[in-house]
Amino acid sequence: MVKRIVVGAHYGLKDWLVQRVTAVIMIVYTLLWLAIALYHGGIDLALWQAMLANGALRVITLLLGVSVLWHAWVGMRDIWMDYIKPTAVRLTVEVLTVVVLIGYGGWLAQLLWSAK
Amino acid sequence: MRALSCQVPRVGALIFSRQHALRWQRHIDCLYNFLVTVHAPSEKPVLKTRPVYLNLIQIRQPLPALVSILHRISGAALFLVGIPVCLIALQASLASPDALAEARSLIAHPLAKLVLLGLLWSYLHHLCAGVRFLLLDLHQGIELGPARQSSIAVLAASLALTIAIGVRLW
Repeated sequence: MVKRIVVGAHYGLKDWLVQRVTAVIMIVYTLLWLAIALYHGGIDLALWQAMLANGALRVITLLLGVSVLWHAWVGMRDIWMDYIKPTAVRLTVEVLTVVVLIGYGGWLAQLLWSAK
Repeated sequence: MRALSCQVPRVGALIFSRQHALRWQRHIDCLYNFLVTVHAPSEKPVLKTRPVYLNLIQIRQPLPALVSILHRISGAALFLVGIPVCLIALQASLASPDALAEARSLIAHPLAKLVLLGLLWSYLHHLCAGVRFLLLDLHQGIELGPARQSSIAVLAASLALTIAIGVRLW
């Protein structure tokens, strides 16, 4: 059996960075909608639907979705790693999390592009 | 050395709280281990092991710790409830007016409103605490005083914003 040390420099750095970059993207997206609301003096249903019919905002919203799901993955994985010790149970829960998150991503894409 | 360790219960008896007693016991353990090592350097140091109680309920958490654990709890809530609720809401908002009316009647229920209020707070706390953590990463406000003040600010701002937005929505 090959013994490898799986902790060390850079291990987990990518996740740490992803968590922060996606957080900044989500803050910017929140500010974007705040700016839209301020510019139009509020958001009603018609404006909301018109904005999401806009191709650019659709793509931006999908990017937001990817950020949310990736961010959620890093955070939930941290939580599962901290509290679930049996490897089999943890792996099962982690796989379920990934499956659910990818499902949410598909759902979001479908919602955005099926809207008239 | 034996005499020193025998004094532990006597010291403990003078002390009021359990945490206080535990802290003293740890000081005395430390001293005991030090003396054993100094007086018998040829022997292998005998390290006394005592159970360490780290009961999170018993320990009074400092404010930054409270912000941190609430960040985790709110994050978990946003994943478990927040994301699906947002997707359902988006679906209703883009579908027919009937679906939207149905969704509106669903969230008119007081219990649903409570859940939405909880999600609103989760989002706002996660956002405010997240900004604080980003600033801490950039070494802004890492001293004890500013760190305490910013954790109070996060708790207050997220609660105030939740109340302000919650009142406006209902």
